[in-house]
Amino acid sequence: MGVPVTGAGAVTGAMSLLRLTTAGSVDDGKSTLVGRLLRDTQSILADQLDAVSRATVARGGGIGDEPDLALLTDGLRAEREQGITIDVAYRYFATPTRKFVLADCPGHVQYTRNTVTGASTAELAVVLVDARNGVVEQTRRHLAVAAFLRVPHVVLAVNKMDLVDFDEPTFRRIEADFATAATSLGVPDVVSVPVSALHGDNVAFRSDHTPWYSGPTLLEHLEDVPTGREAVEEPMRFPVQLVIRPRTTNHPDYRGLSGRLASGVLTVGDDVVALPSGGRSTVTGIDTPDGPIPWATAGESVTVLVADELDAGRGEVLARPEQAPRVVTELDADLCWLADRPLRPGARVLVKHGTRTVRAIVTELTGRLDLHTLTHVGAPEALELNEIGGARLQLAEPLAVDDYATDRHTGGFLVIDASDGSTLAAGLVAKGP
Amino acid sequence: MTVTAMRSMAPSRMNGMRPAERDHLAALESEAVHIIREVVAEFDRPVLLFSGGKDSAVLLHLALRAFHPAPLPFGLLHVDTGHNFPEVIEFRDRLVSQLGLRLHVAKVQEWIDDGRLSERPDGTRNPLQTVPLLDSIAEHRFDAVFGGARRDEDRARAKERIVSLRDAFGGWDPRRQRPELWSLYNGRHTAGEHARVFPLSNWTELDVWNYIARREVSIPDIYYAHEREVFARDGMWLTAGEWGGPRRGEQIVTRTVRFRTVGDASCTGAVESTAVTLDQVVAEVTASRLTERGATRADDRLSEAAMEDRKREGYF
Repeated sequence: MGVPVTGAGAVTGAMSLLRLTTAGSVDDGKSTLVGRLLRDTQSILADQLDAVSRATVARGGGIGDEPDLALLTDGLRAEREQGITIDVAYRYFATPTRKFVLADCPGHVQYTRNTVTGASTAELAVVLVDARNGVVEQTRRHLAVAAFLRVPHVVLAVNKMDLVDFDEPTFRRIEADFATAATSLGVPDVVSVPVSALHGDNVAFRSDHTPWYSGPTLLEHLEDVPTGREAVEEPMRFPVQLVIRPRTTNHPDYRGLSGRLASGVLTVGDDVVALPSGGRSTVTGIDTPDGPIPWATAGESVTVLVADELDAGRGEVLARPEQAPRVVTELDADLCWLADRPLRPGARVLVKHGTRTVRAIVTELTGRLDLHTLTHVGAPEALELNEIGGARLQLAEPLAVDDYATDRHTGGFLVIDASDGSTLAAGLVAKGP
Repeated sequence: MTVTAMRSMAPSRMNGMRPAERDHLAALESEAVHIIREVVAEFDRPVLLFSGGKDSAVLLHLALRAFHPAPLPFGLLHVDTGHNFPEVIEFRDRLVSQLGLRLHVAKVQEWIDDGRLSERPDGTRNPLQTVPLLDSIAEHRFDAVFGGARRDEDRARAKERIVSLRDAFGGWDPRRQRPELWSLYNGRHTAGEHARVFPLSNWTELDVWNYIARREVSIPDIYYAHEREVFARDGMWLTAGEWGGPRRGEQIVTRTVRFRTVGDASCTGAVESTAVTLDQVVAEVTASRLTERGATRADDRLSEAAMEDRKREGYF
């Protein structure tokens, strides 16, 4: 090509990646906050802002000359026409040190389905509260979903501070109420920030209106939160995706197990066990297209070479023998039911866990989850759309699972309709015996 | 090794010795490779949409990495509008022959010639790609179609799943999308359905350019500044060519330009630029105040929902 190439990063430097989700009730100003984050990180370019300004005028709205930032995040025609948000949308913004992938979840339609989806991949959840209303029923629910899906970090954004004259006692009261709720749900360190998404106070820029607040702006906090640590510290799990066997003249005998390390650290020389089959071997190499590497950490896609003719294909999980997952044919789990027709005991389904899909029967519903207390009550006859409940599943073949509470990367699974293939539920493996 | 030992070791490894492997581009690369492998494992007949543009070049590069050192286990499909930039077609053919890949080409012109499609009054053929795409998917029985679309490109695309199911008509129904949880992709489908798969969903234009620089991904020369005979239409520089431009009254001039996107020549505009190296392109993209589609795609300026409407009909 004759084009000079130099290493990347000259402009952006080394950036980390943080996945986050937002949760707020209707009219808490969530879309405005997301729009504000995008705008104040210069992630909205001139043509997009022009389009929003035109749309603001066309709808006869806007405050002063400000474009309505909420309009930025309405993706679909029906959403703009009906003034609602239907589906999770993904937004991207960046600062010089971090790229953000934001799952923007609607506050009311298909509430559980969307927030559970957003929270499943998030390392941080921003929960919004209207400063005039404080912590309400919905806030507790947002917090409970984050706690239930084990989102590692939660931030409380007390929005519309401009409408309470940036009053410190108001903020402190909401902060304390939220901390109480968080503690009761088992959510560790919570950071609270007083903001006005509409005017930008304490979102990306420190506000002159809150001299009493010495904590970080929302964006500063998003930049500082540690990322990726949790998964690296968990036991090593390597779900095998495919066996790479080129059988070419250059690589006649090459046989590698390709996959993405779900959690932990994998090192050359590690003794490993393949589960559920139980075969053992030793890692002789970790291969990438750029050459061999001495170890891989959670999140990396690599190809693993092992010493023996280990019979480990797709569906097996490599683990260290002393930290192995449980191999089960009966599974207790919480199911977030996402389908229109209710779940009843006796249902025949598919369970997709890691790279393995097995047939299963839901033998029992053991309780409905009370999001107030995160405890199970009753033994329901059925689980309805957007309800969460405990269930026991009988599996046709064994799965190697972890408790969701100890490893959210290998403790989650999908429940799938065997006939039409639709996703029926998000499953979280309950604590084992 | 004990858990305690793991914990004390992991952070030093994570931060200490291979820092480049832990940054956002490494994370995006690993995510894309994981997606591509999942789809190859669970589908029978995947294919990769390859236009020769930068996003499809990055997608192909990632697919090659996913199966290294084995050859690519699927072929490429190019829906050719006939309104091409010759440099891009040369690039496509050179890459395909160098790598020994299979390439299917669906020519919009053939659909027009036998009456299955008719030319639009405005002369653009971008929307005409949908029918040849769906016909080719049906003819070759492709059940998974990799595309280089990114969620940051358009407001409708921001709601797209990574693995997105299509019915026999290729239609996208945003209300019936499957929830996508953790990194578990549900690609189960019935006969006649297929999945569109977007491994670059979480990438931005800048990520793509930084990745091209890091991995030295080959792209066509027209992404770098060059002298070109162009004419102005709708505030963009279009290239004179067989597709029909310029119209009467549109003046041909020579400008130093580059392309930010590559599509149908009748609606893909060039931007004035002096960026002749990759670093200069990255710097220019970083500083740009316009999105790539806003700057260079006439078809997306038509309405607020132009992309959504095309996607509902089965477009990429």
